[in-house]
Amino acid sequence: MARVSLENIRKVYPNGAEAVHPSSFDIEQGELIVLVGPSGCGKSTLLRMVAGLETITEGTLTIGDRVVNDVDPADRDIAMVFQNYALYPHMTVYKNMAYGLKNRGLPKTEIDAKVREAAEMLSLTEYIDRRPSQLSGGQRQRVAMGRAIVRSPELFLFDEPLSNLDAKLRNQMRIEIRALQRRIGVTAMYVTHDQIEAMTMADRIIVLNAGRIEQIGTPSDIYNQPASTFVASFMGAPPMNLLPASYNGNGVATIAGGSEVKVSTSGSYQGGVQLGVRPENVSLSPTDRANPLTFELDLIEELGASRLLHGRLAGHSFVVNAPNDADIPDGSIFLDIPQEAVHLFATDTGKRIN
Amino acid sequence: MKRAGFAQPWLPILLLIPQLTIIMIFFYWPAGYAIQSSFYLQDPFGFGSSFVGFENYSDIFSSGEYRKVAWFTVVYTFLVTFLSLSLALLLAVKADKVIRGARTYRTLLMWVYAVAPPVAGLMGVMLFDQSAGPLTEFLGFFGWDFKLGVNYNDTATAMVVVAVWKQVPVNFIFFLSGLQSIPRSVREAAMIDNRSGTRRFWDITFPLLAPTAFFLLIINITYALFDTFGVIDTLVKGEPGNNPMTLVYKVFIDGFRGNDLGGSSAQSVVLMVLVLALTVFQFRLLERRIHYT
Repeated sequence: MARVSLENIRKVYPNGAEAVHPSSFDIEQGELIVLVGPSGCGKSTLLRMVAGLETITEGTLTIGDRVVNDVDPADRDIAMVFQNYALYPHMTVYKNMAYGLKNRGLPKTEIDAKVREAAEMLSLTEYIDRRPSQLSGGQRQRVAMGRAIVRSPELFLFDEPLSNLDAKLRNQMRIEIRALQRRIGVTAMYVTHDQIEAMTMADRIIVLNAGRIEQIGTPSDIYNQPASTFVASFMGAPPMNLLPASYNGNGVATIAGGSEVKVSTSGSYQGGVQLGVRPENVSLSPTDRANPLTFELDLIEELGASRLLHGRLAGHSFVVNAPNDADIPDGSIFLDIPQEAVHLFATDTGKRIN
Repeated sequence: MKRAGFAQPWLPILLLIPQLTIIMIFFYWPAGYAIQSSFYLQDPFGFGSSFVGFENYSDIFSSGEYRKVAWFTVVYTFLVTFLSLSLALLLAVKADKVIRGARTYRTLLMWVYAVAPPVAGLMGVMLFDQSAGPLTEFLGFFGWDFKLGVNYNDTATAMVVVAVWKQVPVNFIFFLSGLQSIPRSVREAAMIDNRSGTRRFWDITFPLLAPTAFFLLIINITYALFDTFGVIDTLVKGEPGNNPMTLVYKVFIDGFRGNDLGGSSAQSVVLMVLVLALTVFQFRLLERRIHYT
């Protein structure tokens, strides 16, 4: 279990494409860090560079107190769980888990003890003599986990490990993996494109976009203080509403073609902005006020616990997440946007300004 | 599962007739004829034949020459199969790693596949020619006085070399596609589990190639036993003399050169039984130990 540090890690492919722009971050001991972003954002490349499956073009990678840029994957003291599990199809569950240990020259009795312990932990004991083809998706996933656990590595790497499972199993495995990682206290790096996985599992999240780090922060940081319009719209379901607006630099933003909204800010920026509001932070206002935010309702989506109101605000598409018991009037709907729930992003850079 | 069926019983039979006809004409009928004539002694000039029972068979098994040819066939088949499989595997593993110019490399390796066996044999004759063959000269440098068609072992060597050369491309294509169907992540997982590339190959890659290898093993044994006829025929120039030959070639020589149709038929029946036994043995013994994924 170790601290991992990436310093200006960069990846350029032979065809000149820069998959990962120089990126730096540290992973603390025992921390689970989630790399999240859309496909092609470089998150898997970054993970594979840490694993040693891709060469590092520039920068320094440290695991523990070793610089491992040129160290063979087998010698980096890492274990990896792949998206399609990557189990050895011709080996039993037992041998799948034992293979890495055997190659490291552990005595047979020790291997046996470790494999059986891991199998016990993952409720795989009765399947230990089966081959992967005789197991269900969730069980294969567990074997892949087991193969990583028995090695007791310095660092766990997960490459979208849950994306081949169905929704129910995914939720269950998410919790299992998180609990397991906590229990053994191993440092972990987890790649996913699923923002819910990122939010629920991470100690810290790294949001990547087009090979660059957009933001590093705790799930609550990322959710409450998104650093850019990209992070704001990528994290959260349904995504944050973004409306074109202008900001006067003095606590009031004006939505294009509509009304003014009060903003809490300390910045001095003035000019075009994207005004962001999360659907769940908006409330329906019963009364018409001096400065109304009139919402035109198009469609109601029933979610059970709440309802999503799809419509338009000042002509821009807008979504409101209304509680189940909220009264939805037939006529005009007025919205209440709390001052502290308003996010402002500069139009040209997309960076947060408040 | 719903089973599809035919409304009329004669339709499936009608559909099967072309295939059955071909099998009857080109396999069962000649095979039956061979079995029948193996019990007769034919007049060399075709005027008649007399029933001799198992005499043809007892002649075969008491013949020293037949035993010699049989032994050579075993050695030859083993060498051709082993060498062409292992060379092709080596080339495929290397070709699989090539990234730049991979297509050219593969195409060049597959070319040989298009060469017909007699042409391959002819090229062998030229390469190993006693007076001007480049390979003969090359071997001469090492003091090996190579005499194709004269020295038994030299001719055998040339036969193995040409047959292997001819078969490597087929095996190469199959091995390469087998290698490329192994998921990349499985190999990567192995890279994390095992530092040694050679050990990874034998522990992970090779077992996953086993179905391909098993299929090729059967194909190659059949090739070495039967399809090398053209190569052998051109290399020994139809003058077997003291030259090595395989059982199949001996069937041809005895039957059509020696005009001993009965003896030759008996030989082909023996060969047929051997191949049958071999195939059953291969499937029973080997297939059980191979894990298809």
